[in-house]
Amino acid sequence: MDQLVKGDEGYVKTPGGMRRWRAVAAIGAAALLAAACGSSGNSGSGSGSGSAKGPIKIGVSLSLTGDFSADGKAFQQGYQLWAKQINANGGLLGRQVSLDIVNDASSPVQVATNYQKLISVDHVDLVFGPFSTGLTKASSQVVNRYGYAFVEGAGGGPSVFTSGLHNVFDVSLPVANNLVSFAKWIAAMPASQRPKTAAYATQDDPFTAPQLDAARKILEPAGVQTVYNKTYPSETTDYSPIAAGIISAKADIVLVGTLLPDVSAFVKQFIQQNYNPKALIATAGPDQGAQFIQNVGANHTEGIMVPNGWYPTADNPGNADMVKAYIAQYGGTAADVSSDVPEAYSVGEVTAQAVTADGNLDQAKLIKELHSGTFDSVQGKVKFDSTGQNVDAFSFVFQWQGKDLVPFRPDANAVLTPVPPETRKIEYPKQNW
Amino acid sequence: MGTELSKAVVDGVLTGGVYALMAAGLTLIFGVMEIINIAQGIFVVLAAYLSYVLQVHLGIDPFIGLLITMPLMFGVGVLIEWGFVRRLKEQNKSALSILVTFAVAIVIEGILTQLFSADLRIIKAWYVDKSLHVLGFYLPYIYLLGFVLAVVLLAALYLFLYRSRSGKSIRASVQNRTGAELIGININRVSAITFGIGAAVTAAGGMIFGATNSFNPNSGYDLISRLLVIVVLGGLGSIGGALVAAVAALVIEDVTAVLWSPIWASTMFFAVLVVVLLVRPNGLFGQTAVRAQ
Repeated sequence: MDQLVKGDEGYVKTPGGMRRWRAVAAIGAAALLAAACGSSGNSGSGSGSGSAKGPIKIGVSLSLTGDFSADGKAFQQGYQLWAKQINANGGLLGRQVSLDIVNDASSPVQVATNYQKLISVDHVDLVFGPFSTGLTKASSQVVNRYGYAFVEGAGGGPSVFTSGLHNVFDVSLPVANNLVSFAKWIAAMPASQRPKTAAYATQDDPFTAPQLDAARKILEPAGVQTVYNKTYPSETTDYSPIAAGIISAKADIVLVGTLLPDVSAFVKQFIQQNYNPKALIATAGPDQGAQFIQNVGANHTEGIMVPNGWYPTADNPGNADMVKAYIAQYGGTAADVSSDVPEAYSVGEVTAQAVTADGNLDQAKLIKELHSGTFDSVQGKVKFDSTGQNVDAFSFVFQWQGKDLVPFRPDANAVLTPVPPETRKIEYPKQNW
Repeated sequence: MGTELSKAVVDGVLTGGVYALMAAGLTLIFGVMEIINIAQGIFVVLAAYLSYVLQVHLGIDPFIGLLITMPLMFGVGVLIEWGFVRRLKEQNKSALSILVTFAVAIVIEGILTQLFSADLRIIKAWYVDKSLHVLGFYLPYIYLLGFVLAVVLLAALYLFLYRSRSGKSIRASVQNRTGAELIGININRVSAITFGIGAAVTAAGGMIFGATNSFNPNSGYDLISRLLVIVVLGGLGSIGGALVAAVAALVIEDVTAVLWSPIWASTMFFAVLVVVLLVRPNGLFGQTAVRAQ
């Protein structure tokens, strides 16, 4: 094909060329703008400083747009469900709670700005954490500077807890341990059944990468050879070369450090290329219930696994009520509840118990109580170590079987066994697509 | 390694066709109007949603649905040109267009979020998960169809620009806006048609994107930087350049990912872009001259 801008008449040589250069420079600026901005804007739901008689204001920055928007929205649902529940039961310290939720557009810069504004300008009484390890890390220094307790549910990556901060508390499972139950199960298999090779691919993300590292350190000594191990940028939109690498490596099992978009892309490519690993586990994505089914297709979920610390029918205090309230408010079924929802909900629960134990909103006392107390949540018991990690959290392995995400936990021999009342056995090898 | 490399090249070529479809509108609009359409990414996403709605709610096959989505996107393009772009003053049009189209992108994103939430969606059809097995390669039908569609649509666009009366008007406007006005060409009409065609072509790119990737209203942001880079490499305003650059970009990235690491794939592409711009500052197929005003 030829060039559109073509012709002899009406053209002049440079200096007119400067216009093109200017245009190229403008496009460069535009590319930077597009990359940097994502989008911004607040979606606040409250204003003014809190008073002793008014509602307790809780400031939250969430990713309502940008890369984490799906998880951010689910977190918003979790926080709102908790607020509705506690207000219906008389509030906190006898006062209603009011959420001041602002949008960080999944930006590490914006999230820090948001918490600074929430604390120093809006004078919120408490703050709850954002979504993702990266954004928690980006904002935790700011929150710490003002002496606030920073209770969060999705900042479980190791890098959050190596900053030497004393005010960060993650109510969920420390993410580095997420794949340990799966890896130990594989390693404990009889040699005749144990897979010989494994492929690892992960986003360059502090949530996903440490999980795969931990699993690989268990599997390699057990004789499971690593035949593919690559990291890709989190802004990747074309996953085909990574999927092609995994497929070419012909690995027996595949471990991917993903969120929903990339695990969906991998599954699609594996189907298209007729590649059937014996086991496929993703750090996140298959736990997104209806969204995961919609993205990969109901007939393609069978046998796919995901680690998690929670499931809808878990026998934890308040869990059944939370699931019921979710369905009443947002519709769907228990299987549709994203695991982000209980993570956010637990933040509210744990904070409320600590504040109630203190009897006031003093941040120093709150931090002290969080470090010393033991709390109940819809995700189970919560007990923080000196770095703020929940030492009582436990990793289950979930596998899609039919329309259900079936929970398994390791027995004394590291064998994954169904969690009662579930009786279905784990499927290994996974059936073909 | 040889097979893996061959596969990376084939994947790059097929995926490059899809990216060319997404970038063609961007380069066409710039070529005619010198407008940098930052909303191109959200146009892709909007087109994906249109195809999704037709497929889910009316059961219309995504390719057949293009008969509806392309005219719809044409209308959206004309409306945006009339409502926002036409109002910009000539002196700083290129620079101001960045802000205006960025604002348009934010508005469209907001509307899509209200309508569809941030949930990730994907377009389904029986051929999306199927492949053609040939010479040891599994070639996904959706990418094959996408590549054929890209070649057909871009060829049609070329023929339109060089063989039709309207196309000649568009080219005349590119070459000499004042002269074109003097001989009776309605520049505003040409601009509106160009913006509309750019958006209509994007409808096809958006449909393929939505069938191969999960998307939500925010997905456009990861696309726009790459699309801008493709049109710069191909040469601003060059339809053929967009196709060549898109294929080159994806092949370079895929081969780098296989030979080295996915983390360096984009870096390698940008390195090639810098080298090309040093040798050919206007891109592979760009002109060294500009039109007289």
